[in-house]
Amino acid sequence: MTLHLPKRLAIVLVVLLAALALFPLWGKLVFAAKFAFLMQKLTGIMILAILAMSLDLLVGVAGLVSLGHAAFFGLGGYVLAMMSPQYEAANLWVVLPAALAVCALASLVVGYLSIRTSGIYFIMVTLAFGQMGYYFFNDSKAAGGSDGAYIYVKPTVEAFGITVLDLEQKLTFFYVALGVLVGVYALLRMLLASPFGRVLGAIGVNEYRVQGLGFNPMVYKLVAFTIAGTLAGLGGFLAATQYGFVSPAMLGWHQSGHVLVMVILGGMGTLFGPVLGAFILELAHFAFESMTDHWLLPMGAMVIAIVLLLPKGVAGLLLQWSKGKGAGE
Amino acid sequence: MSQSDFILETKELTKVFGGLVANSAVSIGFKEREAHAIIGPNGAGKSTFVNLLTGHLPPSGGQILFKGANIAGLAAHKVTRLGIGRSYQKTNIFPSFSCFENCRLAAQSRLASSMKFFRSASSYKAVSEQAEHALEAAGLTGRSGRVAGTMSYGEQRQLEIAMVLATAPQVLVLDEPLAGMGKEESEHMVGLLRDLARRYTLILVEHDMDAVFAIAQTLSVMVNGTLLESGPLDQIRSSKAVQDAYLGDGAEAY
Repeated sequence: MTLHLPKRLAIVLVVLLAALALFPLWGKLVFAAKFAFLMQKLTGIMILAILAMSLDLLVGVAGLVSLGHAAFFGLGGYVLAMMSPQYEAANLWVVLPAALAVCALASLVVGYLSIRTSGIYFIMVTLAFGQMGYYFFNDSKAAGGSDGAYIYVKPTVEAFGITVLDLEQKLTFFYVALGVLVGVYALLRMLLASPFGRVLGAIGVNEYRVQGLGFNPMVYKLVAFTIAGTLAGLGGFLAATQYGFVSPAMLGWHQSGHVLVMVILGGMGTLFGPVLGAFILELAHFAFESMTDHWLLPMGAMVIAIVLLLPKGVAGLLLQWSKGKGAGE
Repeated sequence: MSQSDFILETKELTKVFGGLVANSAVSIGFKEREAHAIIGPNGAGKSTFVNLLTGHLPPSGGQILFKGANIAGLAAHKVTRLGIGRSYQKTNIFPSFSCFENCRLAAQSRLASSMKFFRSASSYKAVSEQAEHALEAAGLTGRSGRVAGTMSYGEQRQLEIAMVLATAPQVLVLDEPLAGMGKEESEHMVGLLRDLARRYTLILVEHDMDAVFAIAQTLSVMVNGTLLESGPLDQIRSSKAVQDAYLGDGAEAY
């Protein structure tokens, strides 16, 4: 768990963030024809980064490796799809709280049933719950079954009959995703620094001792699981809004594993690491895919190389670099 | 208040693991502000007794009375909140946290609730002060910024004690605080424990007899899961039964 970022690292991250925020300006000049596609790609990555950060709260901070985290991501999307009227825009102030509430409740129940286990058993139980969610939407006719469901009109934010936020606008949605990404990061940073977060981080290091100090680890783990599940649902809500489509694959173990790789590659327990992990993994995927049909091969090689060379992920490397430089001066 | 003169007392405390009786009807009373050592050969059931006393294991039978109330079966995190703090035989700290954060977390456990999400944990002044005091009392002043796992073994043992102190306990249960320490480190720790014995009720499980005689006023001797004898230092020292069972035949001198 990293509580304070070294100054150099903070500067690097702010520069990266600024480059991302200004992409609509410089991207147009640099990429021209591919600009529209890249805008969509980056928006999608930011949403995955939100999901990755929420998983980091469990995996990197509390030491709870979940292989079913995507279930809440998918659930958030499905709530939007099922609540959207077919030919009208849903009111964001209704569907968003509803999606978050459903995901919070679902993660509370799943968390309650799974945090009693630990280690490999926790992985198995969360995997099982994730797959239950997958098959629920895959096999039931409620929301399109295995074909998925469309959201024809994106939710809007209206005040006095005027559209305040038009999510159909790609540029607007890009900044909404960026805002949520930064907001979730700030929220999780605040949580980690709070008394709750300190206990949670300590559970990840030495749960037995935490109990010996007078804390009930189960309660903290359950609250963390619920927060993480709700934030994953927020990500899923955004993803469904972006693509106008939800499918059972959003909930599946494949998606859960994919996000777990982002967290591990990026650097567990650092919050900014999983964000970097999301960008690295997705951009590498895009780059390799445009070069060769056998993109999985270089992708796999890259993942193996990072895991072998950087046991603490990309974030670990950056932390070492920024601390080393700071000490040398 | 209870009529008993003991702050903490076990009555017929029993723990059975399958067919093995680890503690058999152990009844020991601990007086307030007394340093009480529990000794006995390996496998006598001392660690089990400590685990029962602090809620780390549920007893199979018997009572644990803390200030007259039966606390047997209470979970560990509830027992420590009552004011019974313990240290562990094997160093049990948060190695990747700073020395101060280890203690701060221990002190934070005394907040009514740690389910607080918005304020930074460092802004709770009383908690930080309590942690500072504990570090000072355990002789770790000036070490607060060190990453706990990089300190010497002796210092980590001191931190173990500091963490217990930071939880503001009334009773300290110390499970082999000298385990694995060198001579110099041991002497340092004995000095520290003697100091603590003046301010706390101390329950000490220890193999080092020099240390036990230097710190404790009362001794309880356990053999094969049962209490052999309990009493003042001199009484135990001269007890024939204890000498036969534990201290040897007298040929070995300390």
